[in-house]
Parts: sequence; structure tokens; C-alpha cells
Amino acid sequence: MSAEVQRGWFTRRPRVLRVLWLTLVWVLLWGTFSWANLLGGLAVAIVVLALFPLPAVSTGGRLRPLALVRVFLDVARDLVVSSVQVAWQSVRPGPPIRSSIVAVEVSEDSELLMAMLVECLSLVPGSVVVEASAEERMLWAHVLGADDDAAVERFRAQVARLEADLLAVGLAQVRVEPTSSGRTEAGTDPLDDPEELLEDDEPDRLDGAVRTREADR
Amino acid sequence: MSDVLDLVGAVFLLLGALLALAAAIGLLRLPDVLSRMHAATKPQTAGLVLVVIGAALLLRTSVDTWMLVLVGAFQLITAPVTAHLVGRLAYRSGGVRPDLLHRDDLADREEDPAR
Repeated sequence: MSAEVQRGWFTRRPRVLRVLWLTLVWVLLWGTFSWANLLGGLAVAIVVLALFPLPAVSTGGRLRPLALVRVFLDVARDLVVSSVQVAWQSVRPGPPIRSSIVAVEVSEDSELLMAMLVECLSLVPGSVVVEASAEERMLWAHVLGADDDAAVERFRAQVARLEADLLAVGLAQVRVEPTSSGRTEAGTDPLDDPEELLEDDEPDRLDGAVRTREADR
Repeated sequence: MSDVLDLVGAVFLLLGALLALAAAIGLLRLPDVLSRMHAATKPQTAGLVLVVIGAALLLRTSVDTWMLVLVGAFQLITAPVTAHLVGRLAYRSGGVRPDLLHRDDLADREEDPAR
């Protein structure tokens, strides 16, 4: 139980992750691995992040690599399917294609989940996200070729599946899991206070995790 | 072995080029801006990724391959962002044909004067 609350090493250190990512890009750009490239990349990454600091992202939970690979494969497959589909819809003869703008509710209050959903939805079959509202937890997607209610329902089912897959990756789960006695520590959930999410509340969140673990005992 | 890789690489290049062509046709033929953004994201991205894979199979040197991996990755990350921003602007500035919409869940919301 407490394993769910305790966050993984990487998600607790977003800055380390950013430096590693920028270093990786640098080494890939050079194309060959050498210690000079690695150290040069590290230096560039640290300077870039010091000059252009990124806003805090509300990440939580721990990364589950297998689920991530699954999402990646699913999106890759969907991308191929939707590309062929849109390619056909582009070249087929006949009257102009009809579409729908469909509102979808996002179940979890997580900006990261929302961002990942928007990214994936633009690549998977039939949709481009037209409008997104984190406060209302809503997405509006333009679904190409959805000219009846059945197609709209199919799209909603697809979004629900994708959302479940993304949640399985674990990064978007900031929510404190119910304790072993079955109750949730209401006060320890940072999401109870939306204001808190706007700040870089790393210490608070860790504190909350620690408190919940103590309550476990 | 290298003949096989050359052949597979060529097939990937050709498929990617075909998808890119379909994307270009879609940009011209689809009825409104929002529909056109579909053509600009999906077949275009998949086409580019296929071309990148094909090129990597033909080149087979690590220096170029890593560069190609980056090209593909950044395309996958950035194309949806562009589509979202252009789509959002297009909807707000009338780049959508209402007569071609089966249903429009955004219509009620946009009349909200608070926005």
C-alpha cells in the first residue's frame, strides 16, 4: 500500500530527469558516445536549465516501464491505422466528409495526464483536440468522419481505453491510495487543495506521503 | 544481408512517401481547416517516421541513425501540439464549416460571455 504512495526516484527529482534528457539529446546529436560529449552535454544541459527554468509539473506516482512500452506500441499501431484511414478519407471520391466535435471528460485531475492524452489523441484514429480545459477536466476533439452517434460513442470508448492505459503508466497518479483500513487520508491529498498544485510543492507532497505511511502502521 | 536491408529500406521510403503524398492531397481536398489538420498530423507524421526508418536502414551508420531517431521523436512530440494550437485558433475564427458537423459539443460553451 505504501509502495503506491511512495514515489519513484525519478519522479521525485524532475530536475535530474531534465538534465539527463538534455544530455541524451546532446549526445545523440553528436552521434557518437565519448566522455567529452557526455561532459559537454551535461554542462550545456545545466546551463540551459539554469537560464531557462521550466515550471514545476505536477507529477506523482512511480513510472511503470512495461505499461509505458504498451502505451507506446498501442499509439504506434493506432498511428499507422489512422494514417491509412485519413489518407483514404483524403483521396476518396464523393461529397465532403462530415465530422463531429465531441466533448470528453477526463477522470483524473492531473495536468500531466491531460497533456499526454492530448498528445496521443492527435495521433490516434480520427481526432484532433480543439479545446482543453484543465479546470473543467474536459477535452473537445474534432473527430473526422464521425457522422453518426455510433461513431461518437466509438470515439468516447477509445478515449476511455487510452486514458486507462496512460494511467497504468503511473506518472499521473498523484492521488493518495486508500490506507489498509480502507479510508483515505483526506488532508494528505495535495489535490484537495487546487491552489497547492500551482506551486512547486515537492516538500509538502513528500511530507504527505510520509504522514500517510505513518498512518499505515 | 545488405541487399535485404536495402530492399526493406526502399520499401519503407516508398510507403512513407506515399503517406506524405496522401497528406498533401488531404490538405487540398478536405473541406475545412479542422479536417485539414488531420491530414497534417497523422499521415504526415507516420510518413516521416517511415521515411526516417527507411533512411536508417539504408545508411546503417550510427552517427546518422541517432540524428534520425531525434528527427522522428521530435516530430511525434511536436506535431500534435501544432495541430492543437492551429485547430483551436481555427475553431474560434470560423475555420470550421458548421454544415459539415454532425454534432458540436463546443457550440454551447463558446457562447459563454465569460470567455
